[in-house]
Amino acid sequence: MQLSREQLVQAFRRMCTIRAFEERLHDEIATGEIAGFTHLYCGQEAVAVGVCEHLDAADKIVSTHRGHGHCLAKGCDVTDMMKEIWGSSEGLCKGRGGSMHIADADVGMLGANGIVGAGAPIAVGAAMSLKIDGEGKVAITFSGDGACNQGTTFEAMNMAVVTKAPCIFVFENNHYSEHTGFEYAVGTSKDIASRAEAFGMKVWRGDGCDFTSVYETMREVLEYVRAGNGPAAVEFDTERFYGHFEGDPQNYRGEGELDRIRETRDCLKIFRAQATGAKLLDDAELDAIQQAAIDDVDAAVQAARAAPRPTADDVTKDVYIEY
Amino acid sequence: MAKMMYRDAVLSTLHEEMERDESIVVLGEDVVGGMGTAGGPEAIGGIWSTSTGLFDKFGANRVIDTPISESAIMGAAGGLALTGKRPVAELMFADFIGVSLDQIWNQIAKFRYMFGGKTRCPAVLRMAYGAGFNAAAQHSQSVHHILTGMPGLKVVMPSTPEDVKGLLRTALRGDDPVIFLEHKALYAVEGEVPDGDYTIPFAHARQVRSGEDVTIIATGLMVGIAEAAAEELAEDGIGCDVIDLRTTSPLDEEAILDSVEVTGRLVIVDEAPPRCNLATDISAIVAQKAFASLRAPIEMVTAPHSPIPFALELEQAYLPSSDDVEAAVRKTLAYR
Repeated sequence: MQLSREQLVQAFRRMCTIRAFEERLHDEIATGEIAGFTHLYCGQEAVAVGVCEHLDAADKIVSTHRGHGHCLAKGCDVTDMMKEIWGSSEGLCKGRGGSMHIADADVGMLGANGIVGAGAPIAVGAAMSLKIDGEGKVAITFSGDGACNQGTTFEAMNMAVVTKAPCIFVFENNHYSEHTGFEYAVGTSKDIASRAEAFGMKVWRGDGCDFTSVYETMREVLEYVRAGNGPAAVEFDTERFYGHFEGDPQNYRGEGELDRIRETRDCLKIFRAQATGAKLLDDAELDAIQQAAIDDVDAAVQAARAAPRPTADDVTKDVYIEY
Repeated sequence: MAKMMYRDAVLSTLHEEMERDESIVVLGEDVVGGMGTAGGPEAIGGIWSTSTGLFDKFGANRVIDTPISESAIMGAAGGLALTGKRPVAELMFADFIGVSLDQIWNQIAKFRYMFGGKTRCPAVLRMAYGAGFNAAAQHSQSVHHILTGMPGLKVVMPSTPEDVKGLLRTALRGDDPVIFLEHKALYAVEGEVPDGDYTIPFAHARQVRSGEDVTIIATGLMVGIAEAAAEELAEDGIGCDVIDLRTTSPLDEEAILDSVEVTGRLVIVDEAPPRCNLATDISAIVAQKAFASLRAPIEMVTAPHSPIPFALELEQAYLPSSDDVEAAVRKTLAYR
C-alpha cells in the first residue's frame, strides 16, 4: 500500500459508506417502505472507490442500474441520495429519478442508468467533450458482465478508439448478468478485457475485491489516458453480495457460495487485513470508521423519512427548459 | 433576400452558428466523408451536402466523422450535451431511429427530468426523412409522429429554406433536445431566404395562404401538396386556409383552433401511416376543443397502413397527393 494514511482513511470511509448504505437499504426495502426496483452494490465497493479516488469533479462518470456505489464514490451527498431513494422532493433528483437514475452533474456524475449498456455511448460523448476542452480530464463508464454483451458497448468502444476519446471502460465482472452466469453469457473466451483489446484499446485487469489492486491499476490506466493516448479498458473481477434486484431469491447460487464470497472476497475484510498487516491503521481505528459510516447512513435515513413529499404539481416540471 | 436551396440553408446555418458559438459540435456518419480513403477528408462532405466544408473550417474536434454506429452517435450527442457542448448529431436517415431509439427516447429526452431539472441537454438531432425516392421501406419513412409523442423532445419539420434557417437557429440557441426533420424531397427546392440573423420561434405555425371555407393542416413536404390543392380549389372559388405547423412538439394549437373556428371544416395531411399519427392527434384536439365549430367530419389524408413500397407506381400510390387533398376538401364541403 503506497497511499498516505489520510488517503487510506478516506478510501476505507467511502467503501464503508457504500456498504452501510446498501446494507441499510436491504433492511429497509424488506419492510416495504421504499418503492420500486433497487439493485445493491454490496461486494463491489473497492471498484467504485478505487476508481473514483483518482478523479475530481471535472472528470465524468456514467453509471449503471447498480449505481449507488459509483454515485457515493464520485461524491454525491449521502442524505440527498437517501432522500431520492425515498422519493422525496428534496432528493438529489427531486424524487423524479429514484434509485436507477441518480445523477449529480456538479460532481461529474452523469447518471445511473436503467438501461443495461446505455451508459457507454454517453461516456464517449462526454470524453469527446473533455478532449475538446483539452485539460486532461477523462470520462469513465462502468459496465457489468451483462452490459459487455450489449451492442451499444461495442459501438462505444470502437467509436472511442476511432475518435481517440479519453474514455475509460471499466468492466465490473460480478459473474452474473441479472440471473444468468458469466460462464454462459460471455462467449467462449470468458474474457471481457480481450474484447476491448480487439477494438485496439490497451487493457488492464485487476482484482475488484482488493482496493489496492483497483487503485494501483487505475493509477496506470489514468496516467495513460490523461496523457492523450485515447481510450482504455479495465476488467475487474468482483462479487455481488445480493441478488440482481432486492427480492431476488438467488436460487441460482451454488451451495455455500454467498458465505464463501462474504468470507474470502469481502473488500472491506481484505482492506482491513492489508492495512493492519502493514501497521498503517489498527482495528480500533477501522472499527470507528465503519461505525461512523453506519451512523451517517442512519442519519440519512431519518432525514429521508422526515423529508417532504413531492406534490402532483411537480409531475410535469423540468420536462423542458422552455416549451 | 437571397435565393437558396433547402439543403444550403441547413449548411450555411451550421457554418454561421459554429462560428458564432464554439460549443457547437457536429457528428455523424460521413459528415466529413472520405476519412480513411485515398480521397481523404471532405472527399464527399456528407451525403446530403449539409456539412460540406465544416471539417476544413472547424477541425476534427468539432466535426467528428463517426463509424456506422447510430446508437453511439446519439449517445455521444447526449454525453456532449450533458457536458456543456451543443452537439448537432446527424442520423443519415430518420428510419435509423430504429437502431438508436434508446439513446434518443430513454436517455436524451429524459435526462433533465430524471435528474431533477439540474442538467440541460441541448442536443440537435438532424434526420433526413420522407418518401419519394424509391428508397423503399427502410429509407423513406416519416417518423415525426413517433417522436412527437415523446415528452422531453421537441420536433421540427421545416418546409422551406427560410424556415430551415430560422428554425435551426432556434434549435441551436435553445437548451432542450430537438429533433430536426429534413425532408429529402425538399433538399433541392429553392426559396427566398431573408438576410440577417432572424430566428423563428417554435409553436408558431405559418399561414401559407388564407381562406374561409376549409382549413388544411400540413408539415414538411405535405405543405406544398396542400398548397397545390388549394390553388386548384381556388379556381372553383373554394378558399383554403393552409397552415404549416413548422413544429409538431410544441404544437401551435391556437393557430389550428382559430382557423377551424372560422372555416368549420378541417383536412389534415400527414405523410405518416394513418394510426396514432399527427392527423389523429390534431383531430382529437379539434374534436375536443372546437367541437362546436365543426360543420363536417374531420378528413385525414395520410399514407396507408403499410410499409413504404419500392416500385415507382406503388410509392406514388402510397404518398398523399394534391389530388387526395383536393378530394378530401370537396368531401368535407359536400357534408351537410
